[in-house]
Amino acid sequence: MSAITPDLIAQHQLTESEYRKIVSILGREPTFTELGIFSVMWSEHCSYKSSRLHLKKLPTRGRLVVQGPGENAGIIDIGDGWVAAFKIESHNHPSFIEPFQGAATGVGGILRDIFTMGARPIAVLDSLRFGPLDDPVAGPRNRRIVEGVVSGIAHYGNCFGVPTVGGECLFEPCYNGNPLVNVFALGVARKDEIFYAKAAGIGNPVIYVGAKTGRDGIHGASMASAEFTEESKQKRPNVQVGDPFLEKLLLEACLEAMRTGAIVGIQDMGAAGLTCSTCEMGSRGGTGIEIELDRVPQRETGMTPYETMLSESQERMLLVAAGGREEEVFQVFRKWGLDAVTIGQVTGDGLLRVRQHGKVVAEIPARELADEAPLYDRPHHTPAHRRAPLEGPVIPAGSDLNGALLALLTSADICSKRWIWEQYDYMVRTNTVSGPGGDAAILRIKETGHSLAISLDGNGRYCYLSPREGAVLNVAECCRNLSTVGALPVAATNCLNFGNPERPEIMAQLVEAIEGMAEACRFFETPITGGNVSLYNETLGEGIYPTPVIGIVGILKTAQPVTPGFRNPGRAVLLLGGLGTCDEIRFGGTEYAKVVLGDLWGLPPALDLELEKRVQASIREIVAAGLAESAHDLSDGGLAVALAECSFNPAGIGATLDLDSDLRPEFLLFHEGPSRILLSTAHPGEAAAIAARHGVPAPRVGATVEGRIDVRNRDAELISWEIARLRAAHAEAFERNLRA
Amino acid sequence: MKFGVIVFPGSNCDHDAWYAINHNLGHAAEFIWHDSASLGDVDAVVLPGGFSYGDYLRCGAIAKFSPVMGAVRRFAADGGLVLGICNGIQILVECGLLPGALMRNRNLKFICREVALRVETTRSPFTSAARQGQIVRMPIAHGEGCYVADERTLDELEAEDRVLFRYVHNPNGSLRDIAGILNRERNVLGMMPHPERATEPLMGSQDGLLVFQSVALALAPALQS
Repeated sequence: MSAITPDLIAQHQLTESEYRKIVSILGREPTFTELGIFSVMWSEHCSYKSSRLHLKKLPTRGRLVVQGPGENAGIIDIGDGWVAAFKIESHNHPSFIEPFQGAATGVGGILRDIFTMGARPIAVLDSLRFGPLDDPVAGPRNRRIVEGVVSGIAHYGNCFGVPTVGGECLFEPCYNGNPLVNVFALGVARKDEIFYAKAAGIGNPVIYVGAKTGRDGIHGASMASAEFTEESKQKRPNVQVGDPFLEKLLLEACLEAMRTGAIVGIQDMGAAGLTCSTCEMGSRGGTGIEIELDRVPQRETGMTPYETMLSESQERMLLVAAGGREEEVFQVFRKWGLDAVTIGQVTGDGLLRVRQHGKVVAEIPARELADEAPLYDRPHHTPAHRRAPLEGPVIPAGSDLNGALLALLTSADICSKRWIWEQYDYMVRTNTVSGPGGDAAILRIKETGHSLAISLDGNGRYCYLSPREGAVLNVAECCRNLSTVGALPVAATNCLNFGNPERPEIMAQLVEAIEGMAEACRFFETPITGGNVSLYNETLGEGIYPTPVIGIVGILKTAQPVTPGFRNPGRAVLLLGGLGTCDEIRFGGTEYAKVVLGDLWGLPPALDLELEKRVQASIREIVAAGLAESAHDLSDGGLAVALAECSFNPAGIGATLDLDSDLRPEFLLFHEGPSRILLSTAHPGEAAAIAARHGVPAPRVGATVEGRIDVRNRDAELISWEIARLRAAHAEAFERNLRA
Repeated sequence: MKFGVIVFPGSNCDHDAWYAINHNLGHAAEFIWHDSASLGDVDAVVLPGGFSYGDYLRCGAIAKFSPVMGAVRRFAADGGLVLGICNGIQILVECGLLPGALMRNRNLKFICREVALRVETTRSPFTSAARQGQIVRMPIAHGEGCYVADERTLDELEAEDRVLFRYVHNPNGSLRDIAGILNRERNVLGMMPHPERATEPLMGSQDGLLVFQSVALALAPALQS
């Protein structure tokens, strides 16, 4: 047994005061195993010690919320006796160290969070951020990371049998040393068949099921709670290895075992493995748990209690069964060829007691361990100098607008991501009504006649310019994506990716983004039902852009989907929300500024929340009335890019737009003012009438035509392209970049 | 008329096949667990897509030895109709019920997309409801779907009119654009594309129904007599 020295405490990333708190909880010095247990449970990753204070500001309640934050996933009522469980989680650090397994186990972890609630996963979406593929220095490594992450996600999701139906993928140099891999998963269950992660019933058996425990992933949670240094690359053994086939068996076995009625509570072993699942289940149930490590199925010999408790081996679950009904549970797991072993029991003393060879190696109050982690109100203040200037470069008049459009459509952020999503089975389970490439994914629920729409959004550039406004814009855009396909946004999950919270300017970004997100989620009535915070996204002191990612779920009636692509020539094109406004300062966060001017300045686009809400209500009504043949929201790249994307349809239908605006052409075509949706319709009068009733401008800006897109403002010709040429360039750009 | 859908532990298109038959074709379907040595009283068998036993070794290499495949072999030998989709055809070639092998896609990546197929022959219980040369659309979703066989086997398949579907635009490098083949007795079909994923308007195509409708047509007289 190692003596507890200051060095050892520091190695466990515990501060002196945290150590004193441990001693006061225990009333004695911890053992080495106990020190390890505290260090993972009180890591930033598991305890949210820097963010908890501010997360409380988020709205979490709503009419449809069945389960808010605090469980493995949030749950909402989706009608007809069914619920949806969903959450987003990050696997950023592991994906940098070992892209394939890091991303794969990210998918595996969030899937377990869903089916531990009793819900069968029916959709995965990913929000990805990488360094530029053509970065002069980091390019080769970035390309390797992209290839690894995408094939890791594909490997796990495809084999498990869950469709990966959408997401987003953006590139900035700030992600060179710190890619982001955020995975969202959603599952459905009957409302009366939800399971919770509580250890109830003193004397009930605690059963370990699934894969055997090995030495992989020890201290994964702590690794995810520190900045990267040169030595971090040596942490490859901390990354777990995933087995999607085993997870598929675990899914089927768990759902089948739940149907026996013999299961009282269940929790997956994710970050901090056996430690986290035992103490959290005890804490939630107001009980204690005692386990004997000799009984834990192990794939390596001679594992110490420290290693067994901290292992993050994948595809494992802990469940509490009704006393005397173990055999019913064992039978199901035997059928699926999985280990299921009683390793302990629920106790009434509130302690997590761990034995090995019958001897107590750890004995810690479960509630204090799980819920009494230190809470920090870290200093947060914005630096006196903005990191991005308010004023941008002079944009020369008479610039090449056609060239700019081509440059945007072939840029890393906007070009087609087909290369990525074709590697994902996005149709398995045949619920995918609208898959990748649209504004939102749509999954039908076969049993109810309703569908769920899902979108992920997180614009780091906007948040860098203003964390608060950026976060509000993200929520607005995410809701707009859902509304554009006709869905009513109802609930959200968030993944907050930030740098080192011990630096006041980073902490200020986090606080402002949370407050912005809280304001917007309240406004759009989309409470946050759970999520994840990923801090210390820094390498060698270089932090990422503040990147809060929001995932929102909406509900609509199951029907043929409304998608971006124009369908027929000769249709009226309406711009719901109008041409919008922009000025030099509000232009600095656009893709045009990034791609054409190579710059970033000013503030994100201005948002009028009330108008945004009315625009969204209008489009939902227009879609529900069957008046929209196509609809696409304006976002990255503004009007011109949205128009081009609407023209990339199988029929080759484009449009001619005749605008009437005082804005300079670059702003008119490429500004990213929100609250705008481009739609084509055979019934422009009726659609415009709906918009008018909501007080939303809906100018008829043109008509669809075959084969071309043309944009004129008053008498000036701004854009003129054959679709085929743009389309090919847009389709091929990503792969060309990757092979460069 | 009853279809049996085989369920290996790693099957993940079993429910999709069941749903397509049950809801969109309008016939009964039941699941058959992989360690079952009998198929019961089913009239046709579907080997669905997925990753039978994880397929970390070679797709279908372990499934070949499962108890249920003994029953499927006997069923096929007795003239029963067997439809292997995706992982299903991988298992059928491993078992020797169909010739050739499935290798990794030409680009070494998993590919999921809707593709166009040409119906090469309607002289089969799986395509009798289609037109000769008809172009049908249905999805593919596989990492190892590149069909290969030696020249003699390929010539034989063509000479005996056993190539059922060809890709219009070859997505995976399959030799001679082959997407689906029959055994010599014409009662076992293996195909990489997913007909069950194209059986109602919400799926974007209903062309896959042709395969199931053909099976139903083929079975109907036999069941009446």
